[in-house]
Amino acid sequence: MEMLFAITLGVLVASGTYLMLRGRIFPVVLGLTLFSYAVNLFLFAMGRLATGAPAVVGKSAEMADPLPQALVLTAIVIGFAMTAFVLVLALRGMGELRTDHVDGQEPNA
Amino acid sequence: MNHAIILPILIPLLTGALLLTLHRRSKLFKRTLSLLATGALLPVTLWLALLAGDDVLRVYALGDWQPPFGIMLLLDRLSAVMLLLTAVLAGLVALYACAGEDGRAPNFHALFQFQLAGINGAFLTGDLFNLFVFFEILLIASYGLLVYGNGAARARAGMHYVVLNLLGSSFFLIGVGVLYGLLGTLNMADLAARVGSADGDTAPILAAAGFLLLVVFGLKAAILPLYFWLPRTYGAANASVAALFAIMTKVGLYAILRVFTLIFGGEAGELAFFAHDWLWWLALPTLVVAAIGALGARNLQEMISYLLLLSVGTLLAVFALGSQDSIGAGLYYLLHSTLICAGLYLLADLVGRQRGALAGALQVGPGLRQPMLLGALFFIGALSVAGLPPLSGFLGKLLMLRSTGVGGAALQFWPLLLIAGLASIVTLSRAGKQLFWRNNGAMATGPLVDPLRLGVTAAFLLSSLALVVFAAPLQRYLDATAAQLLNLAPYLNIVQGAGA
Repeated sequence: MEMLFAITLGVLVASGTYLMLRGRIFPVVLGLTLFSYAVNLFLFAMGRLATGAPAVVGKSAEMADPLPQALVLTAIVIGFAMTAFVLVLALRGMGELRTDHVDGQEPNA
Repeated sequence: MNHAIILPILIPLLTGALLLTLHRRSKLFKRTLSLLATGALLPVTLWLALLAGDDVLRVYALGDWQPPFGIMLLLDRLSAVMLLLTAVLAGLVALYACAGEDGRAPNFHALFQFQLAGINGAFLTGDLFNLFVFFEILLIASYGLLVYGNGAARARAGMHYVVLNLLGSSFFLIGVGVLYGLLGTLNMADLAARVGSADGDTAPILAAAGFLLLVVFGLKAAILPLYFWLPRTYGAANASVAALFAIMTKVGLYAILRVFTLIFGGEAGELAFFAHDWLWWLALPTLVVAAIGALGARNLQEMISYLLLLSVGTLLAVFALGSQDSIGAGLYYLLHSTLICAGLYLLADLVGRQRGALAGALQVGPGLRQPMLLGALFFIGALSVAGLPPLSGFLGKLLMLRSTGVGGAALQFWPLLLIAGLASIVTLSRAGKQLFWRNNGAMATGPLVDPLRLGVTAAFLLSSLALVVFAAPLQRYLDATAAQLLNLAPYLNIVQGAGA
């Protein structure tokens, strides 16, 4: 499971990085989103990976660490809000600058 | 448990929420509420600063969950000083904004309060994840403040700023995750204890996490490879927003100081002060590029941004030296540079308003309507920021130069700091000549400076004098702050005392 998890993270980060280096805003936002997915999964894995272990004391012999789950929830909420904000900002930029290039102007303009 | 500790977070947070729900009320109502809340921070933080003067570390355990299990706020001298600085800065900036800049966005004051809540929280928190949360609060408020009001330049700079900081937040989370995964805690004091007793094998990974945090804080503080966003962003921002942002780079510096003297500080075993060499070699080039940037700036706001960057490089260098003298001197310079740079941003706005279309562009334009008044203010600001006697910049630089001692560090630091000072004198006098001395024969058509804006700007610039007059008690306080930072035993006791 660790291997699969690690490969998933690697693919997410690689795709995210590629997209973030693109010149248009929409791929950049998608890249940021993929990257933050990877980060959230990573944060979650810091409580160690286990199946069948609830984050409640006394329910089973093994229990999961609840803290990373709480951290991930916070991080997801914050990431969600930030993505929404970036999209709004990008739309406004489109309206004002008439281009969706990340530098606010076409490269050859 | 002293409940006043949480007030610097609660007051702006509640005021901000209230302002949001009452956003249809009149401008006067919103201004009054915002000014009252910002003004209330001043006595509270002053009292906290005096309270912290007895060298006791005050812990505020939220929900009474004792550290290291709950989230804690930590009030020590350093956080008290930063809170007080923020309160002074914010109070004056809020007054300036009330002179008219807040009119263009209905929720300016709400954003302003949330920004304050984030900044104060970042200074107070004793928990690494909470630091992340407060960073996000101050960032999202700053995104809003940065792009409010229209303008192509602002939309352009805003996008870069937002995307960079989102990426920075991701790195922050990775760093926090690694630290938690290896050490099982996020409480800074607890982390400090556990880094020292961690397995030798984990040291490289811990160092990697530390470097990730350094990247994030470096992005906030705008140190060398990560500073490119700053001049553009601050140059595009509204004057009062830019002035408030003068504290933002200091939040990054504060976080660097906190994490790399506490978590990776003297008790960290083989990782003790591992980042300080890096900090030093990042700080010196920052100093150089900031000086070059200031020489090449084409408008006043951009030039001030580079001067702000210059202070960041300087501060980082003295913090990297890590001795009690150097940190104490650095903190004095931090107070000075924040207030003066904020004042200069506001002054640039005053000048820009009179010049009309030319705004702050550094070229000969129409003569100002009040050249003596604005010129005199600029002269005071320039003297202070360039570090000429008799103002606080000179004193700060003197203290910092003295703290390097004699040896290799002084050999590297002295010439760079002095030459950077010379560069700022050159660029400031050139700017002064173009703005105040020469003109193309026409007369500026902008409005006369209104007394409120003038008063606030003058207050910022004259605070330099106050810093000189009260230099002795201030320096005693700041020296004790540095001593407190470097003596980790009380910090470690916070956790061990509660755990027993």
